[in-house]
Amino acid sequence: MATFHLKIVTPDRMVFDGDAERIVIRTVAGDVCILAKHIDYTAPIGIGQCHVVDAEGKSREAAVSGGILTVYGGEVMAMATTFEWSDEINLSRAEKAQMEAEEKLKILKRDDREFAVASAKLKRAINRINVAK
Amino acid sequence: MKDIKLRIRSVESTMQITKAMQLVATSKLRRAKERMEASKPFGVVAREAISAAVARCEDSNIPFLTPREVKRRCYVVVAGERGLAGGYNSNIFKAVDAHAEGADYCVLPVGRKAIDKYQHLKKELLEDIQSRVEGTSVSSCFRMAQAIVDGYQAERFDEVWLVYTDFHTMMDQRVEVEQLLPVVRAHLPEDATPVSTVYEVEPAETLRQVMPDYLAGKLYSAICDSYASEVAMRRNAMDSATKNADAMISDLRLRFNRARQGAITQEITEIVAGAEE
Repeated sequence: MATFHLKIVTPDRMVFDGDAERIVIRTVAGDVCILAKHIDYTAPIGIGQCHVVDAEGKSREAAVSGGILTVYGGEVMAMATTFEWSDEINLSRAEKAQMEAEEKLKILKRDDREFAVASAKLKRAINRINVAK
Repeated sequence: MKDIKLRIRSVESTMQITKAMQLVATSKLRRAKERMEASKPFGVVAREAISAAVARCEDSNIPFLTPREVKRRCYVVVAGERGLAGGYNSNIFKAVDAHAEGADYCVLPVGRKAIDKYQHLKKELLEDIQSRVEGTSVSSCFRMAQAIVDGYQAERFDEVWLVYTDFHTMMDQRVEVEQLLPVVRAHLPEDATPVSTVYEVEPAETLRQVMPDYLAGKLYSAICDSYASEVAMRRNAMDSATKNADAMISDLRLRFNRARQGAITQEITEIVAGAEE
């Protein structure tokens, strides 16, 4: 199958830099699948799963949150806030984060600034757990 | 003679300290450089991605791209946690002073030294201050980025500048002053072949959502760079301090031996003179 050049970066590392066959990623508008020769495209990344099939046809799952996905002149760039391959996720840490966030949400009021932070934390934790399992 | 002996001893103990600090800095430097290298690609990709996102965006009302009248600036000042690193901290503060030129500004300090300095000057500090430079986390950079975005949108300041130390090589670190907001379009590479882009979300909205990520990445990279520079400068400063101490000790040894020899010679002369009488 045709491949395209894919770059995935987070602030602290280059996660992927090479040719890929396909990337399925959660944007704020839902899952999108990018194949080679996609039209130029821009979308903010949401919280969800990401699925990458590399040039050899090997597929990997990851948990992703935040950032921006751009397709530009055939190059695909995903600049993500967090991006962890399923085998990198620390399950016990994610479960702990889930519990902590749930506890916090019980105490906080809906219009608190902290509320949004805690619910985002909860979403990310649940997402990580889903990907890891 | 006793004086010289005491001074040799004190210089020796100072040298031990500077040497230990040099070794510590050397070992920290390796990790700092690794982190710095790892943080580099994000900046490059982020710039490409942002420029691709706004390349064909004709809307001139995006606040992050449009300069407005500057009543107040905000400086993000990245300094160190400790001194004894040559001119590391003072270079940074000098650059801020030179750049601000008496204009009204508030500060988002990073690093203990920067916090102390601007608290002392009674500058307004952005609420979200953090002191850790060594091993800074991406999430703390996000908090800072969010504070910057919020402040900028609330028009508490109209321009944001980042002052940090860029690590070129072991011997060469330069203070850089870079404009963060509004994003300077000239910094974004020009695009030669316009094609239509599909936007999932309005470009302005896309940019609004992505801005904290972009800034956080920038800050993280700048802090990693600065920390590597700080450690490198401390290593160099301690290296020359150790060398100076070494030179001083050999000088003092020479003087001590001369004095000792002089004393012996004098004693012999006295004895011989006594025997002749």
